[in-house]
Amino acid sequence: MSIQRPRPPRKNPLSRTTAPLLPPPGRSRAAHGLTQAAALGQFALHQCPECQTVSYPARDACPKCLCGNLVVTPVPNGGTVLSVTTIQISGEPYFRRLAPARQALIALDCGPTIVAEARPDCQTGMRASASLQLDKAGQPVIYARPENGSPDSDSDPHWRELVADPLHRRCLITDGRNPITLPLAKALLGSGAAKVLIGISERWKPFADAAKLEALGAVELVDLDLADDQSVSAVAADYGARTDILIHNALHLRPGSILAGGELLKARDAMDVSYFGALRLAHHFGPIMRARGADRDNSAAAWVNVLSIFAHLSWPGFAAYSATQAASLSFSQALRAEMRGSGVRVLDVFTGPMEIDWLEHLPPPKVQPSAVAHEIVAALKSGEEERWVGDVAKDFRERFRANPKEIERDLWRQ
Amino acid sequence: MIMTDQNSLLAQMTLALAGGKIRVIDLTQTLEPGTPTIVMPPELGQSWPVRIETISRYDGGGPGWYWNNISFGEHTGTHLDAPIHWITGRYLPHNSVDTMPPDLMLAPACVIDCVAESARDADFLVTVDFVQAWEARHGRIPARSWVLLRTDWSLKRGAAYANLDETGAHTPGPDAELMHWLVEERDVLGFGTETIGTDAGQGGHLDPPYPAHHYLHGAGKYGLQCLARLNELPPTGAILIAAPLKIRDGSGSPLRILALVEG
Repeated sequence: MSIQRPRPPRKNPLSRTTAPLLPPPGRSRAAHGLTQAAALGQFALHQCPECQTVSYPARDACPKCLCGNLVVTPVPNGGTVLSVTTIQISGEPYFRRLAPARQALIALDCGPTIVAEARPDCQTGMRASASLQLDKAGQPVIYARPENGSPDSDSDPHWRELVADPLHRRCLITDGRNPITLPLAKALLGSGAAKVLIGISERWKPFADAAKLEALGAVELVDLDLADDQSVSAVAADYGARTDILIHNALHLRPGSILAGGELLKARDAMDVSYFGALRLAHHFGPIMRARGADRDNSAAAWVNVLSIFAHLSWPGFAAYSATQAASLSFSQALRAEMRGSGVRVLDVFTGPMEIDWLEHLPPPKVQPSAVAHEIVAALKSGEEERWVGDVAKDFRERFRANPKEIERDLWRQ
Repeated sequence: MIMTDQNSLLAQMTLALAGGKIRVIDLTQTLEPGTPTIVMPPELGQSWPVRIETISRYDGGGPGWYWNNISFGEHTGTHLDAPIHWITGRYLPHNSVDTMPPDLMLAPACVIDCVAESARDADFLVTVDFVQAWEARHGRIPARSWVLLRTDWSLKRGAAYANLDETGAHTPGPDAELMHWLVEERDVLGFGTETIGTDAGQGGHLDPPYPAHHYLHGAGKYGLQCLARLNELPPTGAILIAAPLKIRDGSGSPLRILALVEG
């Protein structure tokens, strides 16, 4: 990606930090069907199962045949721009700050005419692509860009409100010993991150990737032990106000049956790093990130929780690990609610078993740590709230939604 | 109680302490998060490192007071190993920290200096010959005394202190023959080091593996680890006060270990 926008200047310490404001948050229950699609980065609208009519905005019944069972369905996102309106001033404080705003009426190929935020190069009569995005209030909106234009929307401040682009941002990866850290640091820097801070626990133990990480340039290794409140507090004291994207990737995976002796200690150790580690991070980093949700172009933007699909269903043989993931998913939901007024996105990244030594006994397919890393960055850049990485995770999601008992029994066979 | 007999031994000692004729040296490392501990393969059970979590600090959790919850394994920081810690000592009487006879908690110490040798070779192993040469200069090691290995290892920090690489820890310690000899020929009370274990970092490759643990605890003797400031002790003449926590059936305990030194 070509980096057009220059790095923001240093903050004026005499000026008040811009406080987060939110766009209007109200949506109907039906409209949250679009929230779900936007969270996953899909373009989907309500479709009638009887007459196939696609409708927008969200309704409870089909505008053509009055069927009441509309289903949010992925649909083609192309259309023609009918008109573009520039709004110079708005009664909404959030939009006053961002004025002017451009809104387009677009006749979608799949049927309805929609209202979308329009990129500055979107003009009347053009072909356009629409995408469903989550705005700063976490509500679904549609963004339109020219169909054959540049994929890079970074120059549009309205687009930057909808995503958590690492460009010029300072990122913290909490577990340097996780195999995704090295490719993740590379991917973040490749996307223009200003700095990547990497937490390393127990620095007195050898850490093979240290030299490779430091060779990446804008990387700093810091002592960070997620199981130690004093350690998390010390890092937050130095870096909390300079952490724009926090990626909690603690990996503490140990096999074990809940019937085995010694499992309790393993479970406590795992929970201490994953779940309680997340709580310690929230305690020390959460308030300052929430306060910095609108702090200029490199504001606090996202908190990423790297989770296992086994947050949803216990994995036989990895009971303690699964419990930590379930607890961490609950943490993530709580954090999203806590962050709701700040505009800081909370992104859940679900992975299946990774290609790591603890899981050597599992046959493929397994997801590569580098794939997880690249999808985290992609999800940040497109403003998602939930991403499932790899074939196993995607398959799990579909089957778990369709019939959780089927996949539970299937896991017993492994 | 007011001591009226100025000639009693304890009265003389009190006067000597007050007058600076007996100095008290703290041989303890500070218990703090980040203190290196023994490392086991990750699939085995793990000892907890030091954790300190604040209950309140003159705040909403307790407006007028400050206190913490602490947690750590028995073998963390400056600590004592009891005979029950090792399989060779499992059936001995009084083999845990709660049953350790209190009269053994005060005992003389012999300090064997191998600073230069340890600086040259992190895997330096102390031999019977080395200790006999020490005895030739300082006299025979008395029965029921501590033998402490001074390496100045406690002056190191973090990674240099643990000194781990792909083959494990590299820290000095005793060889197997020396431990057998100290237990059988000198009837020592125990053996102490400045490093994370009483055994050398590579002690698992000796025969028997971990000979300090094997011989000491098999004979009802004790271990002291992660000691500090041994450089302030004379070769002979110091008295150690080493009282572990009274943990039921405890295999070891962090302790505040003090040395009394004349002059």
